[in-house]
Amino acid sequence: MLRIDVQKPIHGSSGYMTLFVNQQVDKGDFVVIMGESGAGKSTLLRIIAGLEEAKGKMTMGNAVWQDAHKRLPIQQRNVGFVFQDYALFDNMSVKENLLFVNADVPLAEELLEMMEITQIAQRNVTTLSGGQKQRVALARALMRRPKLLLMDEPLSALDPRIRRKLSRQILALHERFGMTTLMVSHDVTEAKAMATRLWFVESAEVHEYPLSMLDALYEEE
Amino acid sequence: MAWWQQIEWSPFVLSFKLAGVTVAILFVIAIPFAWRLSQSRSRFKPLLEAMTALPIVLPPSVLGFYMLMLLSHNSALGHFLEESFNIKLAFSFTGLVIASCFYSFPFMVQPLQSGFESLNRHMIEASYLAGKNMHTTLLKVALPNIKPSLITALIISFAHTVGEFGVVLMVGGNIPDKTRVASVAIYDLVEVMDYDKANLYAGVLLLFSFSVLVSVYWFNYRHKIRVGTVL
Repeated sequence: MLRIDVQKPIHGSSGYMTLFVNQQVDKGDFVVIMGESGAGKSTLLRIIAGLEEAKGKMTMGNAVWQDAHKRLPIQQRNVGFVFQDYALFDNMSVKENLLFVNADVPLAEELLEMMEITQIAQRNVTTLSGGQKQRVALARALMRRPKLLLMDEPLSALDPRIRRKLSRQILALHERFGMTTLMVSHDVTEAKAMATRLWFVESAEVHEYPLSMLDALYEEE
Repeated sequence: MAWWQQIEWSPFVLSFKLAGVTVAILFVIAIPFAWRLSQSRSRFKPLLEAMTALPIVLPPSVLGFYMLMLLSHNSALGHFLEESFNIKLAFSFTGLVIASCFYSFPFMVQPLQSGFESLNRHMIEASYLAGKNMHTTLLKVALPNIKPSLITALIISFAHTVGEFGVVLMVGGNIPDKTRVASVAIYDLVEVMDYDKANLYAGVLLLFSFSVLVSVYWFNYRHKIRVGTVL
């Protein structure tokens, strides 16, 4: 469904290098992307979303997202994106954050319900806890019913109890909306609980590994 | 006679009118300009920033001189306007407005630009990811989240325009009710050695400028307390 064949120069942990990605994602996959910090995991998500430029080709189904001639703007790709720092619109309430994306009230209410934040729908987002903020960000990311959900360490800033609950909620959203999901993570337990596929980024190259190799990959370090 | 009866208010009215019109015009021009500048990664950005900041460091007489050259009927622009529309810009209120727009431009742009630049980059990106274009993002996301910068830009450029002297004198001269603004009126009073009146006029401007600054800093202080960056 999503075919990525791109290259981008990055300055990562070991100086300047070129990020090589040649991968394919199928509908319904839940890909967890792991690897050392500064290896280009976030950059990869940002390239897919259109937030950063890269050389190469990318297609989503029959649509060309980028090739030698064109680059589809961010707005037209319709991907859901969740940042580690939530990136909510601070001038709006919880519900307004959702409705700003798309004025679909029934969908907003369903998402608020699923994320268990109906009670705080009218609150200004600056007054929320980290866990609450990330649930709002998740709900907001789904307001355009994206086929593709990208999450850049969505749980890393939260405490373990909230992480477990939120990871269950993410899986529920993934199922309910029939999405394809790519999530950057550092947490082996999290990856085991959520992933159907595993990508590992090392020396700026993205390789796929069987999930059974997860423990082995992290033992080596 | 009470002190306020000794003051001729028309120079003050003129100063405030000039500042009001200038701020209204700058507001419309500076917001998109500051936004573009804040989002730009172009290598021409430093050049644009330097040009924007120029009125801060130039002696007002230099700026005023060039403005006078530009606006007078000897210049191509001035000649064209005067011949075609019978508009005289030099020594007129309109001319003052144009000159003031250049003079106060950095005071409007710089607070806005630094406000936009201090926004969480991801928040802006989230708006694009939500399918919104740059225009909607600016109006609905960026601007409402830089309120203190917006207030600072508006008030400081207003006060700065009220406080201008050199440019006004060069471009507008000293015509009562037309171009004699408060700062020029003070200069005038000193020249004729009417120090008592000059003292009054100066006192009014001093009080005004101080209250403006207090209100700006007070607003920003309150805002910081509300959003919790000051305990």
